[in-house]
Amino acid sequence: MREYIQVYIQPIITTGITMTARLIAALTTAAAVAMPMSLGAQEAFENQIKARKGLMDVMALNLGVLGGMARGIVEYDAATAQAAADNLVAVSSVNHLFFWPEGSDNMSVDNTRALPAIWENLDGVVASWTEFGAKSEALAAVAGDGQAALGPAVGGVGGVCQACHEDFREPNN
Amino acid sequence: MGTATRLLAIGAVAGAIVVAAGWFVTRPSTLPEAATAGLVGDAARGEAVFWAAGCASCHTSPESDEGLVLAGGQRFPSDFGTFVAPNISSHPEHGIGGWSLAEFANAVTQGTSPDGQHYYPAFPYGAYRNMALQDVADLKTFMDTLPASDTPSGAHNLGFPFHIRAGLGVWKVLSLGDGLVMDAPTPELEQGRYLVEALAHCAECHTPRNAIGGLDRTRWMAGAPNPSGQGRIPGLTPAQLDWSAADIAYYLESGFTPSFDSVGGHMAAVVRNMARLTPGDRAAIAAYVKALPSAE
Repeated sequence: MREYIQVYIQPIITTGITMTARLIAALTTAAAVAMPMSLGAQEAFENQIKARKGLMDVMALNLGVLGGMARGIVEYDAATAQAAADNLVAVSSVNHLFFWPEGSDNMSVDNTRALPAIWENLDGVVASWTEFGAKSEALAAVAGDGQAALGPAVGGVGGVCQACHEDFREPNN
Repeated sequence: MGTATRLLAIGAVAGAIVVAAGWFVTRPSTLPEAATAGLVGDAARGEAVFWAAGCASCHTSPESDEGLVLAGGQRFPSDFGTFVAPNISSHPEHGIGGWSLAEFANAVTQGTSPDGQHYYPAFPYGAYRNMALQDVADLKTFMDTLPASDTPSGAHNLGFPFHIRAGLGVWKVLSLGDGLVMDAPTPELEQGRYLVEALAHCAECHTPRNAIGGLDRTRWMAGAPNPSGQGRIPGLTPAQLDWSAADIAYYLESGFTPSFDSVGGHMAAVVRNMARLTPGDRAAIAAYVKALPSAE
């Protein structure tokens, strides 16, 4: 994290731009580019953070259904498994364009664990998301084929979750 | 000789003995040569040790996602300065490919380099000192099969007085406990204890440290500040973690928490290692975690 301070924050301070100014600039840009003008800039900004977290919650909900069956905690049901896997595929089709306004990292605002690394490598985030889509489609292709196929396929999706969270999300405290 | 002179002489001799004893006790220790003589490593068994011991998590290059080029270069900030993981690839000059088994075993289990220096405990020899030497031999045989990298090892960046390695001898005497920590009344707990305490070195991050950076064994696995300075490493005792043994084993296999959040941060690298263990090993680790006494 000190490295982040050195890399991201120090140059900002040394060039004389305060965090607040950066945040306001980011808010204005984000609101102008991404959000309906009827919403206040701050509200639009908060909604972007809420929306990306909500999307993750939808993923966890559906993975929980599949993972419970994969672990044998919940009885396997082909239709339910298929529905959950199809939901993951649907989630993966959501475009990330509006989720990552400048200044919505965990160094700038309190209600996120999104690391500044995201804004250094937005292409990497999108690539992970694409990979999540591919693994979800692989899961959906076998979800109806019986309980035994679920474990490895859920594991494939999990590998993408881990890789992305390793690089781009602050660890849980 | 007057009494005062005699006392002075005795004092001088006693002082010299104390200094000599101090030097003796804190000098870099090595295993007796017989300890590793005749051990023949097995690469396949060594690979299992390699993943359980988590070597790749710290020693792979930060630019590389490939887990088997152990070129070093990852940086580990701490209260004492920033440690840089060295090249431990099989390169004979820049890595450790030229080491004998005895040199490798002294490094891993004693924290002593081939040239007789103390290693910093960022290298978790405090855990590895509990390894079976056959496992050390197997590990070396496996690591000898991994690719060589000619990337030179980077220097640690430590402030005074921590850059003086001789001081580490004192640290070792004060901080390395007497072997294993937890009781292990069943074979599964014994297996879990070996995996957790000797190989996977979970306590290095999950146990808080005292003022000189030694593990506080009275608060074993109770969670600790992240040495990077931001955030905390979560505790694993019943006071912090209420997952079932099956939840823990599944997390170590899949990276999913019981609520299907996923692992992140450095623990993601740990889970990649744990996922390569056998289900029995993961179950043993889970049993060990469930047996931890509550600590705050």
